[in-house]
Amino acid sequence: MDILTLFVVMPVLTVIALIFTKGQNNYRLVTLAGAIVQVVMAFNLLYQFLQLKNGGNTDTMVFMRDLMWFEPFNIHYLIGVDGISVLMIMLTSIIVMTGTFISWKVSDLTKEFFIWLIVLSSGVYGFFISLDLFTMFVFYEIAVIPMYLLIGVWGTGPKEYSAMKLTLMLMGASALVLVSIFGLYMNSNPDAIGLAGLTFNILEIKQVAIPESAQIIFYPLAFIGFAVIGAFFPFHTWSPDGHASAPTAVSMLHAGVLMKLGGYGIFRVAMYLMPQGAHYWVVPFMILAVIGVSYGALSAIRQTDLKYINAYSSVSHLGLVLLGLLMMNEIGWRGAMLQSLSHGFITALFFALIGIIYGRTHTRIVSKMGGLMTVMPVIGALYVIAGMANLGLPMFSGFVAEMNIFVGAFEHPDLFHRIITIIAVSSIVVTAVYILRVVGKMLMGPVMDEYKDLPPITWYEKVGTFVLVLFSILIGIFPFFWIDIIDGAVGPFIQGII
Amino acid sequence: MDLGYTALILLIPISLFLILGFNFKRLKEPVSGIIGTVGLGITALISYYTAYSYFFGGMEGAKIDGVYQKVYAMNMVWINFSDTLHMDMGILIDPISAMMLIVVPTISLMVHLYSVGYMHGEAGFTRFFAYLGLFTFSMLGLVLATNLFMIYIFWEMVGVSSYLLIGYYYNKPSAVLAAKKAFIVTRFADFGFLMGILMIGFYGESWDFKVLADPAFIAGLQAKFGAAFMGISVISWALIFIFIGGAGKSAMFPLHIWLPDAMEGPTPVSALIHAATMVVAGVFLVARLFPLFSFMDDGAALQVVAYTGAFTTIFAAIIAFSQYDIKRVLAFSTMSQIGYMMLALGVSGYAGHDGLGFMASMFHLFTHAMFKALLFLAAGSIIHAVHSNYMQDMGGLRKYMPITHITFLIAALAISGIPPLAGFFSKDEILVAALHDNILIFGVTYLVAGMTAFYMFRLYFRIFWWNEPNYKHTPQEAPKTMTIPLLVLAFMTIISGFIPFHSLVTADGAAFHTHFNWYMVGASVGIGTFGILFAMLMYKKENKLSTRFRAAFGVFYIWSYNKFYIDEIYMFVTKKIIFDRIAAPSAWFDRHIVDGAMNGIGSGTEWISDKIKGLQSGRVQDYAMFFVSGVVVIAMIFWYYL
Repeated sequence: MDILTLFVVMPVLTVIALIFTKGQNNYRLVTLAGAIVQVVMAFNLLYQFLQLKNGGNTDTMVFMRDLMWFEPFNIHYLIGVDGISVLMIMLTSIIVMTGTFISWKVSDLTKEFFIWLIVLSSGVYGFFISLDLFTMFVFYEIAVIPMYLLIGVWGTGPKEYSAMKLTLMLMGASALVLVSIFGLYMNSNPDAIGLAGLTFNILEIKQVAIPESAQIIFYPLAFIGFAVIGAFFPFHTWSPDGHASAPTAVSMLHAGVLMKLGGYGIFRVAMYLMPQGAHYWVVPFMILAVIGVSYGALSAIRQTDLKYINAYSSVSHLGLVLLGLLMMNEIGWRGAMLQSLSHGFITALFFALIGIIYGRTHTRIVSKMGGLMTVMPVIGALYVIAGMANLGLPMFSGFVAEMNIFVGAFEHPDLFHRIITIIAVSSIVVTAVYILRVVGKMLMGPVMDEYKDLPPITWYEKVGTFVLVLFSILIGIFPFFWIDIIDGAVGPFIQGII
Repeated sequence: MDLGYTALILLIPISLFLILGFNFKRLKEPVSGIIGTVGLGITALISYYTAYSYFFGGMEGAKIDGVYQKVYAMNMVWINFSDTLHMDMGILIDPISAMMLIVVPTISLMVHLYSVGYMHGEAGFTRFFAYLGLFTFSMLGLVLATNLFMIYIFWEMVGVSSYLLIGYYYNKPSAVLAAKKAFIVTRFADFGFLMGILMIGFYGESWDFKVLADPAFIAGLQAKFGAAFMGISVISWALIFIFIGGAGKSAMFPLHIWLPDAMEGPTPVSALIHAATMVVAGVFLVARLFPLFSFMDDGAALQVVAYTGAFTTIFAAIIAFSQYDIKRVLAFSTMSQIGYMMLALGVSGYAGHDGLGFMASMFHLFTHAMFKALLFLAAGSIIHAVHSNYMQDMGGLRKYMPITHITFLIAALAISGIPPLAGFFSKDEILVAALHDNILIFGVTYLVAGMTAFYMFRLYFRIFWWNEPNYKHTPQEAPKTMTIPLLVLAFMTIISGFIPFHSLVTADGAAFHTHFNWYMVGASVGIGTFGILFAMLMYKKENKLSTRFRAAFGVFYIWSYNKFYIDEIYMFVTKKIIFDRIAAPSAWFDRHIVDGAMNGIGSGTEWISDKIKGLQSGRVQDYAMFFVSGVVVIAMIFWYYL
């Protein structure tokens, strides 16, 4: 078994083990064991990858493996990774592990809850390792469908409505992706490079160069299709409702990992394979992305529910990911990838903390809480740390990512890019407003009588949140380490674009 | 000697933060006080040693041909953008950072020691010392930065430490609001700062201070980017943006509104952050980029600095006349004095005696840090004794608090420019520099010198003389941990005027000669004395004179008392316009229009399927009719076309 396929197999094994397990306590132990093995595997992969790269390997993709899956349409199970996929896999494994810790006390249908969570993660891993468009799409669907059940069954509030909305919008988006994948397939002229037939292989399609007319048609489909899952204005409305209804671990996975599929897909499929289409469409998409950045932040100011605030904050921060990608230069892309990672850790931390607070106060309405810092100092301090990380304080990952995006954006000297950049940069002020508003109202101020004695933080909540803080700081203090890995992956891609 | 040890200057304070921060529930009061103070003491010793070896001890490369150089104790690439453009982390020692290596640890150490007494019995004692460690780390990182981005990084860190310390009493709503306001206002200013940094990065292709201070490099920029926008070159625009950041941190008009509210923090914090160190970061930033400011032909950025400083200095002085909260009087006085430093930079040239303004500004920064920290700590000791911030509750305190009284008087005389105290020398240099450059700015500066003397002695006489109110508890002198810092700072206030700044801290690094302008000495001491005497007349004994003056000024007094309603204007813009007219509609738009459209598609689909579901009725007759009608329609089409 090769090192990558193991990432898809391991969740399946965990699910099988879970099916044969009995007892509330054993469910979470099995899940946790599986999640920890995944983390170890992810770091092993990172280590092996670095060994290979330091050994002078210059291949675009490494650890490749190619199996024929469906011959008539030339669909392969083709896998391989570059630096970006390795980091995304690492992110996923950590979010799954911390999510397991945070949902330690899920008591309804525990077994099924964990099973669907693991199925979701297996889809995500598969998505990040695939190099065949069709296989990639299949994994994408595997990742999206469990969301419906996880929100619809274990959610709160108008959960059926939210689950349905989320699923329908993501399905609609994946229809667009599917059309564009077939468009690419049909235009992958095999004669040009002496292939046997049409192909879904990303690396091969790159070599044939899709005709410009086809790129102009299929690029926006692929871009919007992937961007919807990255909360692209105006197709972001599934995200606030989805988050608000989802249970904590699902929100973490959703914001931490699932929404990253969007930026990753745009990078790997839409822009890489259709560079001319990307240049053709850059202006309208950039306008929408920057609207998302500042509009998400402004909307977050007026929200009253903690989860809505963070959902809109995600719209704003993922808008920056798209903006970084649309800058179409190395620094912008590096920033976009860093922002994906950073947002993954920070937002997962936020949702974990919201879950922890909600579990104690039974409300998420900011104005109904006050003085929680006095009652729960550790949780309060963690929330302040999460807030500071989110508003781009240096020494946390968000700062590094945002600065790369802004510097990348500033490399375009024309007026249009300048205006877009200034609007995007101004979001750092608005972010501070909505973060500090919550901190000031909910954590500080006089203690409220009904929240006089809330239980302190438990060990599993500590582990879950501390790990996330740690990674945000690791990226924030040692950005060069991560940037080296990302640059190695972005380099070969950018040459095909400019 | 290897300069690696300078890293300890940053590593010790951050370790203090981590040690105290992680154990904030476990450590008992005296233990954390001792850890914090001793740790800071060691930092201070290393800093002094570094500064000494830079100025006098022959640090390698420090002085070449009598000119002080920029020494990189260390520098590593942190994030790489291109061959010339990278964010670095390092330690830069040059005259101004070496000077700050004396100011920051000294004040911080005194504040640590003072807080052991002042914060005694507070629940968050350890947390307080942890925050102080974080602040000291950030501030030292800011002054030792080797490049613009590193300054920006520590700039933000300083902002957060300030936020945490202002909001230290987090159960008190006014403190929380003040903390939030300080952070958001400075963050807004940092937006300008960041734009400026990005512009410098793009057009100048470097953030490194050695490069940015190189005259040849600046001449190259000058040639490359002439007048670009509104007759001002793009580099000057970048500098103006950077200055917005500096103005936010240094509470220059119109970004000053956070500073008076920041007095909600504990008094030692006000002394450390909001009087001596953080608020002068803006001055430091302009000084750091001074070659760039100075060599731009259009000089626009420097003019902005000069006029902003001049306006702020008189604006704040007018407000200080009418405030009753003693900490707020000191806060406005700080604003006014920072305005002095700014305008001194603004009127300065670069080389030789033309650089007098620069030297005077740094000199004033140094002396002001000493006497203003002293004033705040003395005010803290007074507040500690009478449990009130308002001068109405004070009076006659000279009998009860002799040490506080004497040290406060020394500091008040120093800020009023009475020789031979520190403030006299630095203020005098500023007046000379202003007179050389611009008569209008000189006029403002001179006037403010008198106003400063007046409001400081209004404060002094109201606190220590005037009429004794009925104290519930007899006020007592503060404990030793609080009076020792007062005495140390008073000593510094007396001697620091004699430091030969003109041969140590100058714009181009070379020494130059200054000589007393005796007319100026007479004029400045004269107006200072006049201010003091006038205050004495009005406030030494309780009398009706001040009430009569208040009535005579009428509406001007009310404006001054209400700080010219600037807060209300901001409140209107943020609350009524941004919050209610922009944020609320965008939230509504999202829920009702964008999401409404999505829901509309959903319910539209449902509606259509509801309407057409009747077609699948299952009745054979219906299907037969559809079939027949279909055949008829197709037949008609064929018939028509064929």
